[in-house]
Amino acid sequence: MKILVPVKRVLDFNVKPRVKADGSGVDLANVKMGLNPFDEIAIEAAVRLKEQGTASEIVAVTIGVAKAESDVLLTARAMGADRAILIATDDAVEPLGVAKLLAKVVEEEQPGLVILGKQAIDDDSNQTGQMLAALLGWPQGTFASRIEVGGDAVCVTREVDGGLETVRLTLPAIVTTDLRLNEPRYATLPNIMKAKSKPVLRKAVADYGVDVHPRLKTLKVVEPASRSAGVRVADADALVARLREMGVAK
Amino acid sequence: MRALVWVEHDNKSVKDATLAAITAALQLGEVDLLVAGDGCAGVADQAAQIPGVVRVLVADDAAYAHGLAENVAPLIVALMADHDAVLFPSTTTGKNIAPRVAAGLDVMQISDILSIEGPDTFTRPIYAGNAIATVQTRDAKLVITVRGTAFEKAAASGGSASVVPVPSEGDQGMSRFVSAEIAQSERPELTSAKLIVSGGRALQSGENFRTIIEPVADKLGAAVGASRAAVDAGYVPNDYQVGQTGKIVAPEVYIAVGISGAIQHLAGMKDSKTIVAINKDEDAPIFQVADIGLVGDLFKVVPELMGKL
Repeated sequence: MKILVPVKRVLDFNVKPRVKADGSGVDLANVKMGLNPFDEIAIEAAVRLKEQGTASEIVAVTIGVAKAESDVLLTARAMGADRAILIATDDAVEPLGVAKLLAKVVEEEQPGLVILGKQAIDDDSNQTGQMLAALLGWPQGTFASRIEVGGDAVCVTREVDGGLETVRLTLPAIVTTDLRLNEPRYATLPNIMKAKSKPVLRKAVADYGVDVHPRLKTLKVVEPASRSAGVRVADADALVARLREMGVAK
Repeated sequence: MRALVWVEHDNKSVKDATLAAITAALQLGEVDLLVAGDGCAGVADQAAQIPGVVRVLVADDAAYAHGLAENVAPLIVALMADHDAVLFPSTTTGKNIAPRVAAGLDVMQISDILSIEGPDTFTRPIYAGNAIATVQTRDAKLVITVRGTAFEKAAASGGSASVVPVPSEGDQGMSRFVSAEIAQSERPELTSAKLIVSGGRALQSGENFRTIIEPVADKLGAAVGASRAAVDAGYVPNDYQVGQTGKIVAPEVYIAVGISGAIQHLAGMKDSKTIVAINKDEDAPIFQVADIGLVGDLFKVVPELMGKL
Protein backbone atom coordinates (compact mmCIF):
# COMPACT_ATOMS: atom_id res chain seq x y z
CA MET A 1 0.00 0.00 0.00
CA LYS A 2 1.16 3.47 -0.87
CA ILE A 3 0.81 6.26 1.69
CA LEU A 4 0.52 9.92 0.74
CA VAL A 5 1.61 12.46 3.36
CA PRO A 6 0.76 16.10 2.62
CA VAL A 7 2.98 18.54 4.54
CA LYS A 8 3.03 22.30 5.12
CA ARG A 9 5.87 24.76 5.56
CA VAL A 10 5.03 27.04 8.49
CA LEU A 11 6.63 29.49 10.89
CA ASP A 12 8.85 27.41 13.19
CA PHE A 13 6.87 26.48 16.30
CA ASN A 14 9.50 28.01 18.59
CA VAL A 15 9.28 31.45 16.96
CA LYS A 16 6.87 33.95 18.47
CA PRO A 17 4.73 35.34 15.64
CA ARG A 18 4.85 39.11 15.10
CA VAL A 19 1.93 40.95 13.62
CA LYS A 20 2.97 43.37 10.87
CA ALA A 21 2.53 47.05 11.72
CA ASP A 22 0.19 47.62 8.77
CA GLY A 23 -2.16 44.90 10.02
CA SER A 24 -1.86 42.88 6.82
CA GLY A 25 -0.70 39.67 8.46
CA VAL A 26 2.07 37.99 10.42
CA ASP A 27 5.64 38.88 9.47
CA LEU A 28 7.28 35.89 7.76
CA ALA A 29 10.29 37.72 6.30
CA ASN A 30 13.63 36.46 7.57
CA VAL A 31 12.17 34.17 10.21
CA LYS A 32 12.85 30.49 10.68
CA MET A 33 10.39 28.25 8.86
CA GLY A 34 9.89 24.55 9.40
CA LEU A 35 7.71 21.52 8.93
CA ASN A 36 4.32 21.79 10.64
CA PRO A 37 4.74 19.67 13.83
CA PHE A 38 1.58 17.63 13.21
CA ASP A 39 2.89 16.79 9.72
CA GLU A 40 6.11 15.43 11.23
CA ILE A 41 3.92 13.10 13.26
CA ALA A 42 2.12 12.12 10.02
CA ILE A 43 5.40 11.25 8.31
CA GLU A 44 6.54 9.27 11.33
CA ALA A 45 3.25 7.33 11.31
CA ALA A 46 3.74 6.48 7.63
CA VAL A 47 7.36 5.45 8.16
CA ARG A 48 6.38 3.13 11.01
CA LEU A 49 3.72 1.50 8.82
CA LYS A 50 6.40 0.95 6.20
CA GLU A 51 8.80 -0.49 8.78
CA GLN A 52 6.02 -2.90 9.85
CA GLY A 53 5.66 -4.00 6.25
CA THR A 54 2.15 -2.53 5.91
CA ALA A 55 3.15 0.29 3.57
CA SER A 56 5.30 -0.12 0.48
CA GLU A 57 5.96 3.48 -0.50
CA ILE A 58 5.65 6.90 1.11
CA VAL A 59 5.10 10.00 -1.00
CA ALA A 60 5.30 13.45 0.62
CA VAL A 61 3.58 16.37 -1.09
CA THR A 62 3.55 20.08 -0.35
CA ILE A 63 1.83 23.08 -1.86
CA GLY A 64 3.88 26.23 -1.39
CA VAL A 65 6.99 28.17 -2.23
CA ALA A 66 9.73 26.53 -4.32
CA LYS A 67 12.09 26.74 -1.37
CA ALA A 68 10.05 24.02 0.35
CA GLU A 69 11.86 21.50 -1.83
CA SER A 70 15.12 22.12 0.00
CA ASP A 71 13.69 22.43 3.50
CA VAL A 72 10.43 20.72 4.48
CA LEU A 73 10.39 18.23 1.59
CA LEU A 74 14.02 17.41 2.34
CA THR A 75 13.16 16.82 6.00
CA ALA A 76 10.24 14.62 4.94
CA ARG A 77 12.50 12.52 2.71
CA ALA A 78 15.22 12.37 5.38
CA MET A 79 12.64 11.03 7.86
CA GLY A 80 11.71 8.27 5.43
CA ALA A 81 9.51 9.48 2.57
CA ASP A 82 10.63 7.75 -0.63
CA ARG A 83 9.88 10.65 -2.91
CA ALA A 84 8.23 14.04 -2.92
CA ILE A 85 5.94 16.23 -4.99
CA LEU A 86 6.25 20.03 -4.92
CA ILE A 87 3.23 21.94 -6.18
CA ALA A 88 4.81 25.35 -6.40
CA THR A 89 2.98 28.59 -5.73
CA ASP A 90 3.84 31.88 -4.05
CA ASP A 91 0.20 32.47 -3.14
CA ALA A 92 -1.40 31.31 0.06
CA VAL A 93 -3.83 28.49 -0.75
CA GLU A 94 -6.75 27.93 1.62
CA PRO A 95 -7.63 24.47 3.00
CA LEU A 96 -10.43 24.03 0.42
CA GLY A 97 -8.00 24.76 -2.44
CA VAL A 98 -5.36 22.51 -0.88
CA ALA A 99 -7.91 19.71 -0.55
CA LYS A 100 -8.89 20.09 -4.21
CA LEU A 101 -5.25 19.89 -5.32
CA LEU A 102 -4.63 16.90 -3.05
CA ALA A 103 -7.70 15.14 -4.47
CA LYS A 104 -6.04 15.41 -7.90
CA VAL A 105 -2.76 14.06 -6.51
CA VAL A 106 -4.67 11.16 -4.96
CA GLU A 107 -6.28 10.43 -8.34
CA GLU A 108 -2.82 10.16 -9.90
CA GLU A 109 -1.01 8.37 -7.08
CA GLN A 110 -3.82 6.05 -5.88
CA PRO A 111 -2.63 5.77 -2.26
CA GLY A 112 -4.42 3.44 0.16
CA LEU A 113 -4.03 5.90 3.01
CA VAL A 114 -3.48 9.64 3.24
CA ILE A 115 -2.06 10.77 6.58
CA LEU A 116 -2.13 14.50 7.37
CA GLY A 117 -1.50 16.68 10.40
CA LYS A 118 -4.78 17.58 12.09
CA GLN A 119 -4.05 21.27 11.75
CA ALA A 120 -1.31 23.65 10.68
CA ILE A 121 0.01 25.82 13.49
CA ASP A 122 -0.17 28.99 11.39
CA ASP A 123 -3.84 29.33 10.39
CA ASP A 124 -5.09 26.74 12.94
CA SER A 125 -7.90 25.83 10.52
CA ASN A 126 -8.15 22.08 11.15
CA GLN A 127 -9.98 21.46 7.87
CA THR A 128 -7.84 19.99 5.09
CA GLY A 129 -8.04 16.28 5.97
CA GLN A 130 -11.81 16.33 6.47
CA MET A 131 -12.30 18.30 3.23
CA LEU A 132 -10.12 15.91 1.28
CA ALA A 133 -12.11 12.98 2.67
CA ALA A 134 -15.35 14.66 1.57
CA LEU A 135 -14.07 15.39 -1.94
CA LEU A 136 -12.86 11.80 -2.40
CA GLY A 137 -15.87 10.22 -0.70
CA TRP A 138 -13.50 8.45 1.71
CA PRO A 139 -13.91 7.86 5.44
CA GLN A 140 -11.89 9.94 7.89
CA GLY A 141 -10.17 9.17 11.18
CA THR A 142 -9.31 12.57 12.62
CA PHE A 143 -7.16 13.43 15.67
CA ALA A 144 -5.60 9.97 15.71
CA SER A 145 -3.62 8.68 18.67
CA ARG A 146 -3.40 5.13 17.31
CA ILE A 147 -3.57 3.64 13.82
CA GLU A 148 -3.94 -0.06 13.11
CA VAL A 149 -4.16 -1.28 9.53
CA GLY A 150 -5.59 -4.75 8.96
CA GLY A 151 -6.96 -6.22 5.75
CA ASP A 152 -9.23 -3.81 3.95
CA ALA A 153 -9.72 -1.49 6.93
CA VAL A 154 -7.93 0.78 9.34
CA CYS A 155 -8.87 1.16 13.00
CA VAL A 156 -8.21 4.66 14.26
CA THR A 157 -8.32 5.67 17.92
CA ARG A 158 -9.25 9.33 18.11
CA GLU A 159 -8.62 11.91 20.82
CA VAL A 160 -12.07 13.32 21.55
CA ASP A 161 -13.27 15.79 24.17
CA GLY A 162 -14.27 13.21 26.75
CA GLY A 163 -11.41 10.75 26.15
CA LEU A 164 -10.82 8.31 23.31
CA GLU A 165 -12.98 6.85 20.55
CA THR A 166 -12.13 4.08 18.11
CA VAL A 167 -13.60 3.88 14.62
CA ARG A 168 -13.12 1.32 11.86
CA LEU A 169 -12.74 2.78 8.37
CA THR A 170 -12.86 0.95 5.07
CA LEU A 171 -9.72 1.62 2.99
CA PRO A 172 -8.81 3.83 1.23
CA ALA A 173 -9.10 6.34 4.06
CA ILE A 174 -7.91 9.66 5.47
CA VAL A 175 -6.19 9.89 8.85
CA THR A 176 -5.25 13.12 10.63
CA THR A 177 -2.71 13.03 13.43
CA ASP A 178 -2.90 14.24 17.00
CA LEU A 179 0.01 14.81 19.35
CA ARG A 180 0.10 11.43 21.06
CA LEU A 181 0.26 9.30 17.93
CA ASN A 182 4.04 9.04 18.06
CA GLU A 183 7.24 10.90 18.75
CA PRO A 184 8.77 11.77 15.38
CA ARG A 185 12.37 10.79 14.74
CA TYR A 186 14.94 13.44 13.96
CA ALA A 187 16.16 13.88 10.42
CA THR A 188 19.81 12.96 10.98
CA LEU A 189 22.58 14.54 8.92
CA PRO A 190 23.49 11.31 7.09
CA ASN A 191 19.81 10.80 6.24
CA ILE A 192 19.53 14.40 5.06
CA MET A 193 22.52 13.82 2.77
CA LYS A 194 20.97 10.62 1.42
CA ALA A 195 17.56 12.29 1.04
CA LYS A 196 18.99 14.73 -1.48
CA SER A 197 19.10 11.95 -4.05
CA LYS A 198 15.46 10.93 -3.49
CA PRO A 199 13.35 12.26 -6.37
CA VAL A 200 11.16 15.37 -6.29
CA LEU A 201 8.46 15.86 -8.89
CA ARG A 202 8.02 19.60 -9.58
CA LYS A 203 4.56 20.75 -10.51
CA ALA A 204 2.63 23.99 -10.62
CA VAL A 205 -0.85 24.67 -9.26
CA ALA A 206 -2.02 25.33 -12.85
CA ASP A 207 -1.08 21.74 -13.84
CA TYR A 208 -4.06 20.42 -11.89
CA GLY A 209 -6.79 22.56 -13.42
CA VAL A 210 -8.61 23.32 -10.16
CA ASP A 211 -9.83 26.69 -8.94
CA VAL A 212 -7.88 27.61 -5.82
CA HIS A 213 -8.90 31.25 -5.69
CA PRO A 214 -9.28 32.32 -2.08
CA ARG A 215 -12.82 32.52 -0.76
CA LEU A 216 -11.86 34.41 2.36
CA LYS A 217 -10.42 37.89 2.33
CA THR A 218 -8.34 38.88 5.34
CA LEU A 219 -9.37 42.43 6.18
CA LYS A 220 -6.88 42.86 8.99
CA VAL A 221 -4.70 41.04 11.47
CA VAL A 222 -4.13 42.46 14.92
CA GLU A 223 -2.44 41.39 18.12
CA PRO A 224 -4.78 40.05 20.76
CA ALA A 225 -5.54 42.12 23.82
CA SER A 226 -2.48 41.63 25.94
CA ARG A 227 -2.41 40.65 29.57
CA SER A 228 0.06 42.21 31.90
CA ALA A 229 1.71 40.61 34.86
CA GLY A 230 -0.13 41.25 38.12
CA VAL A 231 1.04 40.98 41.67
CA ARG A 232 3.37 38.53 43.35
CA VAL A 233 2.35 37.08 46.67
CA ALA A 234 4.89 35.85 49.20
CA ASP A 235 3.40 32.58 50.45
CA ALA A 236 0.43 30.26 50.66
CA ASP A 237 -1.20 32.44 53.35
CA ALA A 238 -1.18 35.47 51.09
CA LEU A 239 -2.49 33.40 48.19
CA VAL A 240 -5.37 32.02 50.25
CA ALA A 241 -6.21 35.58 51.33
CA ARG A 242 -6.41 36.64 47.66
CA LEU A 243 -8.52 33.61 46.75
CA ARG A 244 -10.91 34.51 49.61
CA GLU A 245 -11.14 38.11 48.36
CA MET A 246 -12.17 36.77 44.97
CA GLY A 247 -14.73 34.51 46.59
CA VAL A 248 -13.00 31.42 45.25
CA ALA A 249 -12.12 30.03 48.67
CA LYS A 250 -14.20 30.16 51.79
CA MET B 1 -30.52 34.79 7.01
CA ARG B 2 -31.56 31.27 8.04
CA ALA B 3 -28.97 29.54 10.16
CA LEU B 4 -28.77 25.90 11.19
CA VAL B 5 -26.92 24.84 14.33
CA TRP B 6 -25.70 21.27 14.67
CA VAL B 7 -26.56 20.14 18.21
CA GLU B 8 -23.91 18.14 20.04
CA HIS B 9 -25.43 15.57 22.35
CA ASP B 10 -25.04 12.04 23.66
CA ASN B 11 -28.59 10.95 22.72
CA LYS B 12 -29.61 11.97 26.23
CA SER B 13 -28.90 15.69 26.64
CA VAL B 14 -27.68 18.75 24.77
CA LYS B 15 -23.98 19.48 25.32
CA ASP B 16 -23.20 22.92 26.71
CA ALA B 17 -20.90 23.98 23.87
CA THR B 18 -23.93 23.99 21.56
CA LEU B 19 -25.46 26.86 23.52
CA ALA B 20 -22.62 29.24 22.62
CA ALA B 21 -22.98 28.32 18.94
CA ILE B 22 -26.71 29.10 19.18
CA THR B 23 -25.93 32.57 20.58
CA ALA B 24 -23.65 33.19 17.60
CA ALA B 25 -26.29 31.91 15.18
CA LEU B 26 -28.95 34.20 16.66
CA GLN B 27 -26.70 37.15 15.76
CA LEU B 28 -26.89 36.03 12.12
CA GLY B 29 -30.65 35.56 11.80
CA GLU B 30 -33.40 32.98 12.19
CA VAL B 31 -32.19 29.79 13.86
CA ASP B 32 -33.09 26.14 13.34
CA LEU B 33 -31.34 23.33 15.20
CA LEU B 34 -30.42 19.89 13.94
CA VAL B 35 -30.59 16.97 16.32
CA ALA B 36 -29.19 13.93 14.51
CA GLY B 37 -29.00 10.86 16.70
CA ASP B 38 -30.40 7.49 17.61
CA GLY B 39 -33.38 7.53 19.96
CA CYS B 40 -32.85 11.25 20.41
CA ALA B 41 -36.44 12.47 20.86
CA GLY B 42 -35.64 13.59 24.41
CA VAL B 43 -32.74 15.68 23.15
CA ALA B 44 -35.01 17.28 20.55
CA ASP B 45 -37.59 18.18 23.22
CA GLN B 46 -34.85 19.67 25.35
CA ALA B 47 -33.45 21.63 22.38
CA ALA B 48 -36.93 22.99 21.62
CA GLN B 49 -36.86 24.78 25.00
CA ILE B 50 -33.92 26.98 23.97
CA PRO B 51 -35.25 30.52 23.47
CA GLY B 52 -35.10 32.06 20.01
CA VAL B 53 -35.06 28.78 18.12
CA VAL B 54 -37.69 28.45 15.40
CA ARG B 55 -37.54 24.75 14.52
CA VAL B 56 -35.73 21.69 15.78
CA LEU B 57 -35.06 19.33 12.90
CA VAL B 58 -34.73 15.74 14.07
CA ALA B 59 -33.06 12.96 12.14
CA ASP B 60 -33.47 9.83 14.23
CA ASP B 61 -31.56 6.89 12.78
CA ALA B 62 -29.04 4.32 14.02
CA ALA B 63 -26.63 5.76 11.42
CA TYR B 64 -26.37 8.91 13.58
CA ALA B 65 -25.88 7.16 16.94
CA HIS B 66 -22.22 8.07 17.28
CA GLY B 67 -22.05 11.27 15.26
CA LEU B 68 -19.88 9.76 12.51
CA ALA B 69 -18.89 12.56 10.12
CA GLU B 70 -19.33 10.28 7.08
CA ASN B 71 -23.04 9.91 7.89
CA VAL B 72 -23.88 13.29 9.46
CA ALA B 73 -22.23 15.49 6.80
CA PRO B 74 -24.48 14.38 3.88
CA LEU B 75 -27.54 15.03 6.07
CA ILE B 76 -26.40 18.60 6.77
CA VAL B 77 -25.44 19.20 3.13
CA ALA B 78 -29.02 18.21 2.17
CA LEU B 79 -30.54 20.52 4.80
CA MET B 80 -28.42 23.43 3.56
CA ALA B 81 -30.73 23.70 0.55
CA ASP B 82 -33.00 25.63 2.96
CA HIS B 83 -30.35 27.39 5.05
CA ASP B 84 -27.75 30.08 4.46
CA ALA B 85 -25.40 29.20 7.30
CA VAL B 86 -24.50 26.24 9.47
CA LEU B 87 -22.73 26.59 12.78
CA PHE B 88 -20.97 23.99 14.92
CA PRO B 89 -19.41 24.26 18.36
CA SER B 90 -15.60 24.03 18.13
CA THR B 91 -15.55 20.67 19.88
CA THR B 92 -13.69 17.63 18.58
CA THR B 93 -16.91 16.30 17.04
CA GLY B 94 -17.89 19.68 15.58
CA LYS B 95 -14.42 20.09 14.10
CA ASN B 96 -14.62 16.59 12.65
CA ILE B 97 -17.92 17.14 10.82
CA ALA B 98 -17.87 20.82 9.75
CA PRO B 99 -15.13 20.71 7.06
CA ARG B 100 -16.75 17.64 5.52
CA VAL B 101 -19.92 19.70 5.15
CA ALA B 102 -18.00 22.73 3.83
CA ALA B 103 -16.27 20.71 1.11
CA GLY B 104 -19.61 19.11 0.23
CA LEU B 105 -21.02 22.61 -0.32
CA ASP B 106 -17.84 23.91 -2.01
CA VAL B 107 -17.49 26.50 0.74
CA MET B 108 -14.43 27.63 2.67
CA GLN B 109 -15.11 27.06 6.36
CA ILE B 110 -14.46 29.79 8.92
CA SER B 111 -12.95 28.07 11.94
CA ASP B 112 -13.26 28.94 15.59
CA ILE B 113 -14.89 32.37 15.33
CA LEU B 114 -14.50 34.83 18.20
CA SER B 115 -17.00 37.44 17.03
CA ILE B 116 -19.41 38.32 14.25
CA GLU B 117 -18.60 41.67 12.65
CA GLY B 118 -21.20 41.51 9.88
CA PRO B 119 -23.23 38.94 7.91
CA ASP B 120 -20.06 37.82 6.07
CA THR B 121 -17.31 39.06 8.39
CA PHE B 122 -15.83 37.33 11.42
CA THR B 123 -12.81 37.42 13.70
CA ARG B 124 -10.82 34.27 14.42
CA PRO B 125 -7.56 33.40 16.13
CA ILE B 126 -4.49 32.36 14.13
CA TYR B 127 -1.00 31.36 15.27
CA ALA B 128 -2.23 29.90 18.55
CA GLY B 129 -4.10 33.09 19.33
CA ASN B 130 -1.00 35.26 18.92
CA ALA B 131 -2.87 37.12 16.20
CA ILE B 132 -6.54 37.77 15.53
CA ALA B 133 -7.64 37.90 11.89
CA THR B 134 -10.76 39.61 10.59
CA VAL B 135 -11.96 37.65 7.56
CA GLN B 136 -14.70 38.27 5.06
CA THR B 137 -16.13 35.42 3.02
CA ARG B 138 -17.17 35.53 -0.62
CA ASP B 139 -19.07 32.24 -0.37
CA ALA B 140 -22.84 32.21 -0.72
CA LYS B 141 -23.27 29.87 2.24
CA LEU B 142 -21.50 29.98 5.59
CA VAL B 143 -19.92 27.04 7.39
CA ILE B 144 -18.65 28.14 10.78
CA THR B 145 -17.24 26.63 13.96
CA VAL B 146 -17.73 28.70 17.10
CA ARG B 147 -15.28 29.07 19.96
CA GLY B 148 -17.32 28.26 23.04
CA THR B 149 -15.60 30.73 25.35
CA ALA B 150 -16.17 33.67 22.99
CA PHE B 151 -19.98 33.70 23.13
CA GLU B 152 -22.40 33.66 26.05
CA LYS B 153 -24.34 30.44 26.39
CA ALA B 154 -27.96 30.64 25.28
CA ALA B 155 -30.51 29.90 28.01
CA ALA B 156 -31.58 26.26 28.18
CA SER B 157 -35.26 26.94 28.74
CA GLY B 158 -38.04 29.40 28.03
CA GLY B 159 -38.46 28.76 24.31
CA SER B 160 -40.99 26.71 22.39
CA ALA B 161 -39.64 25.68 19.01
CA SER B 162 -41.50 23.24 16.83
CA VAL B 163 -40.00 19.79 16.46
CA VAL B 164 -39.90 18.62 12.84
CA PRO B 165 -38.68 15.18 11.73
CA VAL B 166 -36.41 15.16 8.67
CA PRO B 167 -35.50 12.12 6.56
CA SER B 168 -32.25 10.30 7.22
CA GLU B 169 -29.61 10.14 4.52
CA GLY B 170 -28.77 6.66 5.81
CA ASP B 171 -25.55 4.90 6.62
CA GLN B 172 -22.86 5.67 4.04
CA GLY B 173 -21.28 2.32 4.90
CA MET B 174 -17.66 3.41 5.02
CA SER B 175 -17.07 3.87 8.74
CA ARG B 176 -18.17 2.14 11.90
CA PHE B 177 -18.00 3.07 15.57
CA VAL B 178 -16.01 0.45 17.51
CA SER B 179 -15.63 1.69 21.07
CA ALA B 180 -15.14 4.67 23.33
CA GLU B 181 -13.27 5.23 26.54
CA ILE B 182 -14.98 8.26 27.96
CA ALA B 183 -13.75 9.40 31.35
CA GLN B 184 -16.43 9.48 34.04
CA SER B 185 -15.85 12.29 36.46
CA GLU B 186 -17.75 13.98 39.24
CA ARG B 187 -15.81 17.15 38.57
CA PRO B 188 -17.09 20.01 36.42
CA GLU B 189 -16.38 19.81 32.70
CA LEU B 190 -13.17 21.61 31.74
CA THR B 191 -14.61 23.83 29.02
CA SER B 192 -17.51 25.13 31.11
CA ALA B 193 -15.93 25.19 34.59
CA LYS B 194 -15.80 28.45 36.52
CA LEU B 195 -12.64 27.35 38.26
CA ILE B 196 -9.76 25.24 36.96
CA VAL B 197 -6.68 23.87 38.68
CA SER B 198 -4.11 22.79 36.12
CA GLY B 199 -0.83 20.94 36.55
CA GLY B 200 2.31 20.72 34.47
CA ARG B 201 5.40 18.63 34.05
CA ALA B 202 6.77 19.84 37.37
CA LEU B 203 4.34 17.46 39.07
CA GLN B 204 6.77 14.70 38.02
CA SER B 205 4.25 11.84 38.13
CA GLY B 206 0.63 10.83 37.77
CA GLU B 207 0.69 9.87 41.44
CA ASN B 208 1.68 13.41 42.41
CA PHE B 209 -1.06 14.75 40.15
CA ARG B 210 -3.61 12.69 42.08
CA THR B 211 -2.28 13.51 45.53
CA ILE B 212 -1.43 17.19 45.01
CA ILE B 213 -3.55 18.75 42.23
CA GLU B 214 -6.80 16.80 42.47
CA PRO B 215 -7.48 17.34 46.20
CA VAL B 216 -7.14 21.12 45.80
CA ALA B 217 -9.42 21.04 42.78
CA ASP B 218 -12.01 19.01 44.68
CA LYS B 219 -11.79 21.29 47.69
CA LEU B 220 -12.50 24.31 45.45
CA GLY B 221 -15.06 22.48 43.27
CA ALA B 222 -12.78 23.04 40.30
CA ALA B 223 -12.15 21.16 37.07
CA VAL B 224 -8.71 19.65 36.54
CA GLY B 225 -6.57 20.58 33.55
CA ALA B 226 -3.02 19.91 32.43
CA SER B 227 -0.31 21.16 30.15
CA ARG B 228 0.68 19.19 27.08
CA ALA B 229 3.91 18.18 28.83
CA ALA B 230 1.97 16.54 31.65
CA VAL B 231 -0.28 14.70 29.19
CA ASP B 232 2.62 13.58 27.00
CA ALA B 233 4.42 12.29 30.10
CA GLY B 234 1.34 10.18 30.83
CA TYR B 235 0.44 11.79 34.17
CA VAL B 236 -3.14 12.38 33.03
CA PRO B 237 -5.34 11.42 30.04
CA ASN B 238 -5.44 13.48 26.84
CA ASP B 239 -8.81 15.04 27.58
CA TYR B 240 -7.19 17.10 30.37
CA GLN B 241 -5.03 19.06 27.93
CA VAL B 242 -5.48 22.82 27.79
CA GLY B 243 -3.83 24.64 24.89
CA GLN B 244 -3.68 25.48 21.20
CA THR B 245 -4.54 21.97 20.14
CA GLY B 246 -6.25 20.85 23.32
CA LYS B 247 -9.16 22.51 25.05
CA ILE B 248 -9.71 26.26 25.03
CA VAL B 249 -10.89 27.43 28.44
CA ALA B 250 -11.84 30.78 29.95
CA PRO B 251 -12.87 30.22 33.57
CA GLU B 252 -13.28 32.88 36.25
CA VAL B 253 -10.07 31.64 37.85
CA TYR B 254 -7.34 29.48 36.35
CA ILE B 255 -4.73 28.17 38.78
CA ALA B 256 -1.60 26.98 36.96
CA VAL B 257 0.62 24.77 39.10
CA GLY B 258 4.09 23.91 37.86
CA ILE B 259 3.26 25.05 34.34
CA SER B 260 5.98 27.12 32.67
CA GLY B 261 3.61 28.75 30.18
CA ALA B 262 4.61 27.78 26.63
CA ILE B 263 2.74 29.87 24.05
CA GLN B 264 0.79 26.78 23.03
CA HIS B 265 -0.52 26.46 26.60
CA LEU B 266 -1.21 30.18 26.99
CA ALA B 267 -3.26 29.98 23.78
CA GLY B 268 -5.72 27.74 25.59
CA MET B 269 -6.21 29.72 28.80
CA LYS B 270 -5.19 33.34 28.46
CA ASP B 271 -8.79 34.51 28.22
CA SER B 272 -9.37 33.34 31.80
CA LYS B 273 -10.61 36.20 33.99
CA THR B 274 -7.99 35.72 36.68
CA ILE B 275 -4.84 33.66 36.29
CA VAL B 276 -2.98 32.38 39.34
CA ALA B 277 0.46 30.84 38.84
CA ILE B 278 2.55 28.77 41.21
CA ASN B 279 6.01 27.98 39.88
CA LYS B 280 9.46 27.71 41.38
CA ASP B 281 11.11 29.40 38.39
CA GLU B 282 10.54 33.12 38.81
CA ASP B 283 11.37 33.70 35.14
CA ALA B 284 8.72 31.26 33.90
CA PRO B 285 6.65 32.89 31.11
CA ILE B 286 3.43 32.03 32.96
CA PHE B 287 4.18 34.91 35.35
CA GLN B 288 3.96 37.38 32.44
CA VAL B 289 0.23 36.68 32.14
CA ALA B 290 -0.58 35.81 35.75
CA ASP B 291 -2.64 38.22 37.84
CA ILE B 292 -1.40 36.56 40.99
CA GLY B 293 1.97 34.84 41.06
CA LEU B 294 3.61 32.80 43.77
CA VAL B 295 7.23 31.80 43.32
CA GLY B 296 7.77 28.62 45.26
CA ASP B 297 8.11 24.86 45.27
CA LEU B 298 4.70 23.40 44.47
CA PHE B 299 5.42 20.34 46.63
CA LYS B 300 5.60 22.68 49.62
CA VAL B 301 3.16 25.43 48.61
CA VAL B 302 0.21 23.36 47.40
CA PRO B 303 -0.09 21.13 50.50
CA GLU B 304 0.13 24.29 52.60
CA LEU B 305 -2.58 25.86 50.50
CA MET B 306 -4.67 22.72 50.92
CA GLY B 307 -4.33 22.95 54.69
CA LYS B 308 -5.54 26.54 54.77
CA LEU B 309 -8.51 26.23 52.44
